[in-house]
Amino acid sequence: MIKKTPKQSTLQGIKSLFVGLRVTGHNFVMPQITTHYPRQEVDNLVTYRGHIELVPKEDDPMTSKCILCGQCAKACPSNCIELVIRKEEVEPPPAAEAQPDADKEEAPPKPAPKKKVKRILEAFILDYNLCSLCGQCVQTCPVDSLEFSTNSYLAGFTREEFVFELLERMRKKYKASSSG
Amino acid sequence: MLHYAQEQLQGDYYTRAFQAGAQEDTLILNMGPQHPSTHGVLRIILELHGEYILRAEPVLGYVHRMQEKMGEVKTYPQYLPNMGRVDYLHALAWNWAYVLAVEELLQLEVPERAEYIRVITCELNRITSHLLWWGAYLLDLGAFTPIMYGFADRERAMDLLQIITGSRLTYCYYSFGGVTADLTPQFIDGTKEFCKYLRTRLPMYKDLVTDNMILRHRVDDIGIIPVDMARRYGVTGPNLRGSGVEHDLRRNTPYSIYDRFDFEIPAYEECDALARYLVRMDEMEESLSIIEQAIDSLPEGPVTPPKMPKVIKPPKGEAYGAVEGARGVIGIHVISDGTATPYRIKLRSPSFSNLSLFAEVSEGILLADAVSILGSLDLVIPEIDR
Ligand code: SF4
Ligand code: SF4
Repeated sequence: MIKKTPKQSTLQGIKSLFVGLRVTGHNFVMPQITTHYPRQEVDNLVTYRGHIELVPKEDDPMTSKCILCGQCAKACPSNCIELVIRKEEVEPPPAAEAQPDADKEEAPPKPAPKKKVKRILEAFILDYNLCSLCGQCVQTCPVDSLEFSTNSYLAGFTREEFVFELLERMRKKYKASSSG
Repeated sequence: MLHYAQEQLQGDYYTRAFQAGAQEDTLILNMGPQHPSTHGVLRIILELHGEYILRAEPVLGYVHRMQEKMGEVKTYPQYLPNMGRVDYLHALAWNWAYVLAVEELLQLEVPERAEYIRVITCELNRITSHLLWWGAYLLDLGAFTPIMYGFADRERAMDLLQIITGSRLTYCYYSFGGVTADLTPQFIDGTKEFCKYLRTRLPMYKDLVTDNMILRHRVDDIGIIPVDMARRYGVTGPNLRGSGVEHDLRRNTPYSIYDRFDFEIPAYEECDALARYLVRMDEMEESLSIIEQAIDSLPEGPVTPPKMPKVIKPPKGEAYGAVEGARGVIGIHVISDGTATPYRIKLRSPSFSNLSLFAEVSEGILLADAVSILGSLDLVIPEIDR
């Protein structure tokens, strides 16, 4: 629909100035809608998506749900996730060795069970300086081990302050919540 | 003491190329890169004769971030967050153009509910974009109050979008084949309320600003863009509709489910800044009506396709996704060579075409009107430079 712009006569123009003044006057007596930070805070921070945090296991809040698959680090467009993994050889459980005793005579001796390598998450490093808060990591995590924090009042003086060790943060948070 | 080469004293490359040596009676002026009315780092070199502009030349590239090149080194999903940064005002339209192209490559079917969610959020984003333009344009023209009203209302829409997207400006919400999060009841109720609320505010905008005599004098008959000029430069969006052409991709080549909604394409035949202003004001109302219709007929169901490939590796080929953004046609051309990384991504930004006609439009006009014209084009500088 192609319309014509409405034209205005001088009289209408002068009237418009008073109409505008009425609007301004009306707003002058309306209550204030601004939030006076830091004395007040906005109330919608629960939906704010801040930097990521690790999610603890339900039964053991000191370890995270993370299964060390490394998919988040691979999916991240800015390469800001780094997983520090320690490999530890674990002895096979003794129960497995005790079992062959019963049929020792017939069966040839079984080869010694392979030593298992357990991978332990030492640190989960997030370089928040580079993070674009895109959420790719949270979406790709297969076990929902990552979540967004609602930390919107983050401030610091150096870049180093924004390199977070998420595992430690998670533990600290739990300790603070259990002691307090 | 510092010594400069004779060349350096005559300014940078653009200044020297603009005019060699001074001419009698004219003044060369740099408008920008830090100028309050360019909203970003846009620089325009002007040759003035008194108050009149003889020649104008936009200088671009101050916020060039190699968005297209970045596409060639990232995987398909990794490029998604870039889209919100190309145009920070209508980020969801850019999101949409990109997922549209990749979905075409992958032959992905988008679930019904996801289509509706895309329409609702994209239109809401269009309203926030227009509200910001409205406030900022009037600020350029010297009216301070409207931007306060505009921002107060825009804030409400951004709060709504924050509920589902988690961000307020550079959204990264659409994913291949759907959206990343479903709507919450809080969002739906809030949006219904917002539509009602904004409908009470728009008449106030009209009383305060649109009908105002001072505004009329600043925009009426200023910056005439005839249809043929608009076509020559590839102008799209509200700027083209302000020149009396009813062109809107949502109507002309309906993508997604836009053909199911009943809405008008506002266009004005005067070709001046006032026409472009009115197109955007009318468009906000149309967007409200689209949102209301979409919420009323929102179907139940999933928001992501049932079978998603684990690694996104589109087959060889190319696809073009085009959507109607707040500033015009946003087009993204993706070429795939069968790997997980795009071979080439070309971004067509509407602001680039809209700005290019400024040199021609501004010939012979007053300097103060140049500000009015620039504002009426609704430029977003990061989108021009990409
Ligand atoms: S939000 Fe995006 S940029 Fe930030 S860590 Fe996750 S994947 Fe990387
Ligand atoms: S994707 Fe999830 S489980 Fe895998 S390494 Fe990252 S946080 Fe751990």
